[in-house]
Amino acid sequence: MKRPERGKSLFRFAAPQLFYPLAGALAPWFAGAAAVLTIIGLWLAFFVAPTDAQQGEVYRVIFIHVPAAWMSMFVYLIMAFWSAVGLVMNTRLSFMMARALAPTGAMFCVVALVTGALWGKPTWGAYWVWDARLTSQLLLLFLYFGFMALTEAIEDPRRADKAGAIIALVGAVNVPIIYFSVKWWNTLHQGASVSLTKAPSMAATMLAGMLVMALASWAYTIAVTLWRVRPLILERERHAEWVAAELDALEGRI
Amino acid sequence: MSRTLGPFAAVLRRDLLLAWRGRADVLVTLAFFVVVVCLFPFGIGAETNQLRSIAPGVLWVAALLATLLSLHRLFAQDHADGTLEQLLLSPEPTVLWVVAKVVAHWIATGLPLVLVAPALALLFDVEQGALGVLVLSLALGTPILALLGAVGAALTLGLRGGGMLLALLVLPLFVPVLIFGAGAVDSHLSGTGADAHILLLGGGLLGALALAPVACAAALRIAVE
Repeated sequence: MKRPERGKSLFRFAAPQLFYPLAGALAPWFAGAAAVLTIIGLWLAFFVAPTDAQQGEVYRVIFIHVPAAWMSMFVYLIMAFWSAVGLVMNTRLSFMMARALAPTGAMFCVVALVTGALWGKPTWGAYWVWDARLTSQLLLLFLYFGFMALTEAIEDPRRADKAGAIIALVGAVNVPIIYFSVKWWNTLHQGASVSLTKAPSMAATMLAGMLVMALASWAYTIAVTLWRVRPLILERERHAEWVAAELDALEGRI
Repeated sequence: MSRTLGPFAAVLRRDLLLAWRGRADVLVTLAFFVVVVCLFPFGIGAETNQLRSIAPGVLWVAALLATLLSLHRLFAQDHADGTLEQLLLSPEPTVLWVVAKVVAHWIATGLPLVLVAPALALLFDVEQGALGVLVLSLALGTPILALLGAVGAALTLGLRGGGMLLALLVLPLFVPVLIFGAGAVDSHLSGTGADAHILLLGGGLLGALALAPVACAAALRIAVE
């Protein structure tokens, strides 16, 4: 069978040796985009968006809370996606991406929970209620912890990668089950204010601020993940010649 | 027929025999269940109405913890003495004997909990009409716990601190089973009928039976690689 042309295809970046410099080159751009978008988003959030008619100023926490909650769920799905790719295609880089994503997803979970608690106290009168959204978000955080703990506990990297991939996939199947089970069990959290199928129920500047903050979260996630995957690549590929050359170059720079 | 049932029955028979020979190990799980359930009145006070209202949740949480405690035994011995590798090398389909092992494990550790639960429920003054629902919910729910737990047990096989890790991995996954299991008894007691919860548990059992053994087999292959 004829091998596919390697030179042009984007898939060539599945090779850690090629992805390492690419990640290094792209990460600062995404970090810069994240910084710019965050400044615009926070400016919209705190100076442009009007005070909410019902909730007053406290509603402004949504500009951080909602994008963080969205990202915490997206990141888990992306992690599960890379895990599946890794298991099916046996690509080393996919597993490294999954492991680089997990801490960021867990961080967004924590941010969503903490900002939600700070919003809940003045609004619901309690930092925590056993509501469907809150509870499933907490369980999602535990799923991240489980993934990270398992991959850290196994010393052999190949076994750690594959075991982590399996628990990521099992968790991905369970996330909707957990979500709906706790939803039927107990619901207090307000419904979604933003939906693809109907007109938004909030002021345009509020929506704009939230979406800009969501884009900022995306850019931040991509930047941090690319930076986190680079040392993972160096560690895993330490037997390769290009890593030795890379490390020599790094040492020369210091 | 015997070609597929042969290895299934053989593994089931062997594991049940091993469980029977090591009864003390298995009985510890049951004793743990009973002791944990009996701790609650001491912890929250012996007021009858309160006990009656928390009974379904207490019994379910205790059953869940007892299941968790017994899970590490599922593959550990076979892993230590090399049986697991032989089973994986054998031409029999892995999923088949994985299911056999989980079924044997459930008969040895889960079924006793289901059978003892009504007696414990009476200690909490649960009305007798709800006992059938409790038994049914546990009979449908504890196999799901065993199936999901088997995946976690396979992933943590032979790791230091595997027990704690196993708890962290599988407890979030156990939550839906807990909600529907305890919910079945609760909704029966409140008069809305337990059908919906029981059906969801049944669906969950079928789903877990279809998916968990595949993940478990993959995890076992990784563990002995």
